[in-house]
Amino acid sequence: MSGAFRIPGAGRLKQAKAARFSFDGQAYAGVEGDTLASALLANGVHLVGRSFKYHRPRGFLSAGAEEPNALVQVTRDAARKTPNVRATVQELYDGLAAQSQNRWPSLAFDVGAVNDIASPFFSAGFYYKTFMWPKAAWKNLYEPKIRAAAGLGVSPDQPDPDHYAARFAHCDVLVLGGGAAGIAAALAAAESGASVMLADEQAEFGGSLRFETGARIDGQDGFAWAQGAIAKLKAMSNVRVLSRTTAFGYYAQNFVGLVERVSDHLQNPGRDLARERLWQVRAKRVVLATGAIERHMVFADNDRPGIMLASAARTYLNHYGVAVGKNVGVYTANDSAYAAAIDLKKAGVNIAAIVDLRDNPTGPVIDEARALGIEINFGRAVVRAGGKLRVTSMTVQPKNGGGERTIPVDAILMSAGWTPSVHLFSQSRGKVAFNDETKRFVPGTYAQDCVSVGACNGTDGLSATIDEAYAAGAKAARDAGAKAAKGTKPKVDAGESWSRGMLGAAPGAGPDTTVKAFVDFQNDVTAKDIRQAVHEGMHSIEHVKRFTTNGMATDQGKTSNMHGLAIAAETLGKPIPQVGLTTFRAPYTPVTFGSIVGHARGPLFDPTRKTAIHPWAEAQGAVFEDVGQWKRAWYFPKGGEDMHAAVDRECVGVRKTAGLFDASTLGKIEVVGPDAAKFMELLYTNPWEKLEPGRCRYGIMLREDGFIYDDGVVGRLAPDRFHVTTTTGGAPRVMNHMEDYLQTEFPHLNVWLSSITEQWAVIAVQGPKSRDIIAPLVEGIDMSDEALPHMSVREGKICGVPTRLFRMSFTGERGFEVNVPADYGQAVWEVLWAEGQKHGAVAYGTETMHVLRAEKGYIIVGQDTDGTVTPNDAGLDWAVGKKKADFVGIRGLARPDLVAKGRKQLVGLKTKDPKVVLEEGAQIVADPKQAIPMKMIGHVTSSYWSENCGRSIALALVAGGRDRMGETLYVPMPNGVIEVEVTGMVFFDEKGERLNG
Amino acid sequence: MLLIRCPYCEEERPELEFRNAGEAHIARSTNMAGESDDDFEKFFFIRSNPKGVIYERWRHMHGCARFFNAVRDTVTDKFIMTYKAGEPKPSKLPKNSNEVVAK
Repeated sequence: MSGAFRIPGAGRLKQAKAARFSFDGQAYAGVEGDTLASALLANGVHLVGRSFKYHRPRGFLSAGAEEPNALVQVTRDAARKTPNVRATVQELYDGLAAQSQNRWPSLAFDVGAVNDIASPFFSAGFYYKTFMWPKAAWKNLYEPKIRAAAGLGVSPDQPDPDHYAARFAHCDVLVLGGGAAGIAAALAAAESGASVMLADEQAEFGGSLRFETGARIDGQDGFAWAQGAIAKLKAMSNVRVLSRTTAFGYYAQNFVGLVERVSDHLQNPGRDLARERLWQVRAKRVVLATGAIERHMVFADNDRPGIMLASAARTYLNHYGVAVGKNVGVYTANDSAYAAAIDLKKAGVNIAAIVDLRDNPTGPVIDEARALGIEINFGRAVVRAGGKLRVTSMTVQPKNGGGERTIPVDAILMSAGWTPSVHLFSQSRGKVAFNDETKRFVPGTYAQDCVSVGACNGTDGLSATIDEAYAAGAKAARDAGAKAAKGTKPKVDAGESWSRGMLGAAPGAGPDTTVKAFVDFQNDVTAKDIRQAVHEGMHSIEHVKRFTTNGMATDQGKTSNMHGLAIAAETLGKPIPQVGLTTFRAPYTPVTFGSIVGHARGPLFDPTRKTAIHPWAEAQGAVFEDVGQWKRAWYFPKGGEDMHAAVDRECVGVRKTAGLFDASTLGKIEVVGPDAAKFMELLYTNPWEKLEPGRCRYGIMLREDGFIYDDGVVGRLAPDRFHVTTTTGGAPRVMNHMEDYLQTEFPHLNVWLSSITEQWAVIAVQGPKSRDIIAPLVEGIDMSDEALPHMSVREGKICGVPTRLFRMSFTGERGFEVNVPADYGQAVWEVLWAEGQKHGAVAYGTETMHVLRAEKGYIIVGQDTDGTVTPNDAGLDWAVGKKKADFVGIRGLARPDLVAKGRKQLVGLKTKDPKVVLEEGAQIVADPKQAIPMKMIGHVTSSYWSENCGRSIALALVAGGRDRMGETLYVPMPNGVIEVEVTGMVFFDEKGERLNG
Repeated sequence: MLLIRCPYCEEERPELEFRNAGEAHIARSTNMAGESDDDFEKFFFIRSNPKGVIYERWRHMHGCARFFNAVRDTVTDKFIMTYKAGEPKPSKLPKNSNEVVAK
């Protein structure tokens, strides 16, 4: 037998296999089908945790997802340590190892429990009052200490080795909750032929049928009927049934997030199985069948281990075959706890007494309890519980005062009534309405295409629930476009029914008391705390919530919100609806980061783009850098070179002989159509109408505000065809910018735009020997300077494949950019490389590209410009068509600020000490002796060591820079001030003779 | 995640396919170079930023790639209607805007 408290013949796990497990290192026996909670209870273990603030001993309150107390850590291995697992939800597997949390050195003796004695100092809002002074101590003393002491559980310190799956799904009808109501609704919808999804958070369907022994449907026990109905639904091709799946969030337009726990219940899940699966479901109609949650009674020391909800004790007995005690007391304000007492009594457990706050209730369950010989006390209250690590007694008093009587017990079952689970309804932005008669909030005004059925809708009784749910399921299917239902409604032969109960503190925990009567177990909020919050001026329920933290723990106040609200309302002297309910927010229960992240981690976090020539560069040992999503060859170290040595060698090599560079990542857009030139005129500052086919021009694109947006060389292939290049990072936004204007401002222009970035691989061949390398491989293009001058483009063939051959230069050397279809990129590169080897050419990367262009003063948009730089600021006024009537940015350029004197202009900087390389981003001042804060007049935008110049070079944006030629400026750095001289932007071959060299 | 109806595809598609492109019905002058400072300020810098109904541009980025206009409630996030670029600002909105979105 698995545990001394397992009752032979009781429950549904009679045939189950044994499962061994451990808790805090102690070995126990349970059975498969147990939760960790039921298995511990079967072994008589109630003490499983310490509370958040006062470190009070805690046991199990519930048997489900609403559990606030029984949070444990489950450890599979060093990397798989899951904190804050609700023991009432964790299914048992053979070998499960769990540990208690929030205690030191041990669960039974916890030093932190001193907080319980010192509790007068830890009342509501104590954070705000106690740690106010001195101000500096907050950051250095209080906050670190509080952070160390606060929190439940310990985060795992290794990367999560599990993987998480994700699915999108669409359906006609999504049914959330798989109790009697959800199953009935799903049956009706499914029988109509609609596509149906049914989800429930438990391992087994049935909801409250798990413990309601009085339910009989279609001639069977309720739980057995539920299993049969689920089997039937699973067999239907239009139905998807998901167990262990929690709907955690209800978003706009019937979009629901669900998490399916795929393998947490398995002993050896295996590497192929995801741990969890995120379902993102769009449903035409949603049926909410989320049930109701029982409330506890609010009385002194109601948190002692062994005190739990009546329905939980019933679940442990009727489903798991476990008695929660041997001598059990019951404290109730409604009928449902009687059923628990009756079930336990029939199973042979002694019921010490039922204490019922009501004066003279009548009904069949009361009669039955009395007939079984159970002592019943009406009009009485339990004013306190005895015991510490386990409840030992309950002290009973007439509710209006009088003599006390202490009854020894080892467990107390409580029921203050049932709270409809309107969480998902409220998340859907529906408005709840308060039913004054039954004292509960139920769905009022709907905001989305959903319907609530059963207990979550305030519908009492099994028969009424199934009637309502079956009709709603059929209607949902019909509204979603399905035909009328063909099935038959399940027939309820017998069911249980109760409502009412009480809200707020019970007698003995009233306004004049200072007892610890817990409202919110997880955040240690007592009835007194809520009254205090109101007395201190928190009159809105949202303020009361934040001041006391009631309902703000991971259980989201499933058991505490209504009690807290009632106590606040009573203290305020207002009716409950006027005080209002706090907002329900997603997630319904905690969701792992893993399930939200899914596969999007590591290499799959963001797409990686690689050029056609990437494998060659990799084989050559290139070091890569990330440029947006692209991997670009940064430099090609040879024989143990460091970056500087490699870049110096590459820089010199290009200017001495030639270099090959993979420029494939450059953005490329083809602008085609009869109005292509007109479109280019409007999108770029330059004139294009007169550019002859076969020629190229350096284009500047502005935003409407007049600032530089992008730049690039544009080749005119034909009167109606332009090959536009953009910066690597700018390609998508330039395309979007062009499309925006073409579609919305200039739709009269007959133009098509195509992104051709991925279609063409680009091999830049630059240097004095570049033509010698290319020429032997080219067909159909005259390579002479007369036929193919600088800034021209021809179409022909290279190595037998089509090419768009640009004569252009981003190095200041004679240069070409060979565009070939991407599929041929690496093959052509390899032929060019072999040819280049004959001349001693080098391969160079992006760093050398940057240095060489800086030597020539060519700007990089986004490095030398920052979105506040005009063409004039950058020394590119020549590229702005002065005679043009319109282009994007033409008016912005005339704004007063943009034509004002003293704007920052791009200039060159030479350090007085040529060996000193400035730091990019360093600030520039005119007078280093001025008081701090100094007036900063500019900053360094590009800075490199130039082996070709034999010195450092830099570009900078400096106020009135072009009027400062020859001036000495200063760059203050932590290790001293660096003197610099303002120069022109061209550091190498100032006359530009090498373009034809 | 919202569903947005693309007036070109004539289909409701998930929000992920779309990109917002700012307020709609702000026409670029045909005589841009001749605009006064005040007019340019109104055109380029000033936006209505309403609490409630906004007319704005969207692009069906990962679909047909067309720009279109939408009427959206900034309080509820609900799309009241969408229409093609170049069409006039609707003078009347559908009565029950919530219903339009849901159906």
